[in-house]
Amino acid sequence: MTSQRVHFYQIGSFAVGNRLLDQEERTVQAQADRANSIDSGHRACQGCGEALGARYALDAAMRATNGQIVAVNATGCLEVFSTPYPETSWRIPWLHSLFGNAPAVATGVAAALRVKGVKDVRVVAQAGDGGTVDIGFGCLSGMFERNDDVLFICYDNQGYMNTGVQRSAATPPAARTATTEAVGPEPGNTFGQGKDLPRIAMAHNIPYVATATVADLHDLERKVERAMEIRGARYLHILVPCPLGWGSASDETIHVARLAKESGLFPVFEAEGGVIRSVSRIRRPVPVEEYLSLQRRFAHLFGAHPRPDVIARIQSMADENIARYGLFAPESAEESV
Amino acid sequence: MTIPFAITLDVGSSRANHTGSWRVERPVYVDRLPPCNDACPAGENIQGWLYDAEAGNYEAAWHKLVEENPFPAIMGRVCFHPCETACNRVQVDEAVGINAVERFLGDLALEKGWTLPEPGSDTGKRVLVVGAGPAGLSATYHLRRLGHHVRLVDSASRLGGMMHYGIPAYRLPRTVLDAEIARVIAMGVEIQLNHVVHDVEQERRDGKFDAVFLAVGAQIGKRVDIPAGDSSRVIDAVNFLHHVANDDPPLLGRRVVIYGGGDTAFDAARTARRLGATDAVIVYRRNRERMGASGEELEQALGEGVTVRWLSTVNKFDGDHIVLEKMKLNADGFPEPTGQFEELGADSLVLALGQDTDLSLLEHADDVAVRDGSVEVLDSMMASPSGIFAGGDAVPAQRTATVAIGHGKRAAHGIDDFVTGRVAEPKERHELASFERLNTWYYADAPRTERPELERIRRQTNFEEVIGGLSEDNALFEARRCMSCGNCFECDNCLGVCPDNAVIKLGDNMRYQFDYDFCKGCGICVKECPCGAIEMVPERN
Repeated sequence: MTSQRVHFYQIGSFAVGNRLLDQEERTVQAQADRANSIDSGHRACQGCGEALGARYALDAAMRATNGQIVAVNATGCLEVFSTPYPETSWRIPWLHSLFGNAPAVATGVAAALRVKGVKDVRVVAQAGDGGTVDIGFGCLSGMFERNDDVLFICYDNQGYMNTGVQRSAATPPAARTATTEAVGPEPGNTFGQGKDLPRIAMAHNIPYVATATVADLHDLERKVERAMEIRGARYLHILVPCPLGWGSASDETIHVARLAKESGLFPVFEAEGGVIRSVSRIRRPVPVEEYLSLQRRFAHLFGAHPRPDVIARIQSMADENIARYGLFAPESAEESV
Repeated sequence: MTIPFAITLDVGSSRANHTGSWRVERPVYVDRLPPCNDACPAGENIQGWLYDAEAGNYEAAWHKLVEENPFPAIMGRVCFHPCETACNRVQVDEAVGINAVERFLGDLALEKGWTLPEPGSDTGKRVLVVGAGPAGLSATYHLRRLGHHVRLVDSASRLGGMMHYGIPAYRLPRTVLDAEIARVIAMGVEIQLNHVVHDVEQERRDGKFDAVFLAVGAQIGKRVDIPAGDSSRVIDAVNFLHHVANDDPPLLGRRVVIYGGGDTAFDAARTARRLGATDAVIVYRRNRERMGASGEELEQALGEGVTVRWLSTVNKFDGDHIVLEKMKLNADGFPEPTGQFEELGADSLVLALGQDTDLSLLEHADDVAVRDGSVEVLDSMMASPSGIFAGGDAVPAQRTATVAIGHGKRAAHGIDDFVTGRVAEPKERHELASFERLNTWYYADAPRTERPELERIRRQTNFEEVIGGLSEDNALFEARRCMSCGNCFECDNCLGVCPDNAVIKLGDNMRYQFDYDFCKGCGICVKECPCGAIEMVPERN
């Protein structure tokens, strides 16, 4: 009990900052002089999870490397909304080439730095889920296989959002998109398809693979920091809700991400060398309905013609995650400080 | 300069793009009224002083506390803490132990010798305060801070009123009581003890007072007609406790029956046990749910061997036996006689049936309205436009020390307005910080810390304090359970969760401001603010 008392700080590490903690224990985002790698004035929608996730991750990488990073960006929302010619929101060195080649470009940047003997500048590549799991997948797998010294970050908003919300291989089952309409006996996206990229990355046996959400900043920053301590190919998969594509309220972005994790639908974990090292346990369990019902892309599962059978299938996916990753805390689990 | 192919414009920052123009609603920082502050009869800024205590700034916390109430060590013992009943944390796990932290701060202040604020510069105005109980002392404190001269008179030989003569020492040790009173008196107060005011108008004229505050309390124990033999020992509880406080306890015998169900009944019963009564039986005509005393007090009394006869009235007392009549509650919850009787052995009967005021001193104050034994007052506690104010048990209100302290403060400000000829401006009250406005995800899970209780067997025979204080560790833990409802506590959440970097941190203890050039009005900051200190308002134009 005594040790718990000493570590009790009102909001502990759930909030962004905490005036009761030492500066070092607060997040990068709590610092008034954080890098703000992606600046104000970008054209992301109200409540954009990706803009938030990108700042969280890159600011943490900036701190971990004393500001020595180069970012390579695939085509996608993040690229489009941050750089309408001739403006840019990036306050870091930033490259964009094509939709599918970001991992290869990042490999090239890393190689060029190596050739020049520059050791302290690190390379981060980033893409949405389309650029990662579909279009850039071949390049990414190659980058993993060669173990190139790149941190690849996927901002997963589960679809091609800036082109009008089409399905990607990261779109969840039953979700309505422009290409998986909510019609017919099996409305929305098909069950049993799609790719689980964090597990595919782990299968490459690369040094570091982790997942995170914009709802747990301390966890996200810690993972970026850990990733920057390691050389070689690293993969970080961040769930970033999309108010536009998901049909969630703009103020619900973080709440929705939190429910994705708390329902078990989005397991948050980290793995080193293909082995899971830690999982973020569920703190306040919720049924998947609570998560789904906040999003209009699942509206056809509720309302006048509800589909409890489909919801039950989604719940069983969550239950499988909970079992696979051990997401329920053992009884005497320590409270996070 | 040679411009490369297809590049004709220099790179510019996206900050040129003022995305604030997209907004239809804007977030604004607000301060809402925390339910604890709202519920505090003494008007304490509880959330405010807990904020300082959370950071371990106990002295700052104490100073913020005594802005409103000069008696934290007393309050931390005897207050019935409606703040904890109102506390939003009840809906998360358990209420914050505000009362225990208050006592910790109060005790620490006595130990460290922290002093109350300096009295205000002399205004030349003279105020007569009649009654040195919680209301009178609180008024004295606030009047002195406002720079008015105070003469404090009391009919008893000691200061404190019911805090001294009503509340037993096992709940409020006299060293604590006297020390906190002494701190107020040290601000420079003219004191007249053993002085009965017979005619308030006369007294006021003689002393050339600009205003009077009546805090005479309710000193007369109510009596009922109970057929009792001449030799029967019947005493009212006020009188009984008064004698005990004067170290002159009356002999009650081994079997003591106490008639009534309020705090005073329990005080009398627990005191009787300590004086050696083997049986201390409370007889109350209603049931447990409807008693006036708190559940806490009941539990402590039962633990000390006090027993309670619910739904019973005293019918007759012959000096050796009491005849009880069983009651039942009717549909409206009122007790009705059943015609069933039983006997109970008793050596004495203590009546704790409520108290009446003695307002004979108002006989010549024609413009003071007295109804049902209470003085009618305005919100400012003014009882007469000629400058007579009243508070505490003498006015219609809940009769507790905390309420009286609140009255004293209000009266002091009312008197200040009166003697300076100022018109009181109505104070703006913030909207209540309701539970629904909080985002409790962010608060760490933490059950409440209970205060240690004195071993029961020891409690039955002495007047040592029953409830202990919290250690510093525990007090800090408890303070940090505060959710700071409705008031920014600088958790940096808004700063962190804004996708548009549109929140500017102004520095420690200076909070934040929105950068409306870039705020798109998504509302995430509102949703993710733990304490509900931001709200969305429609954008004009």
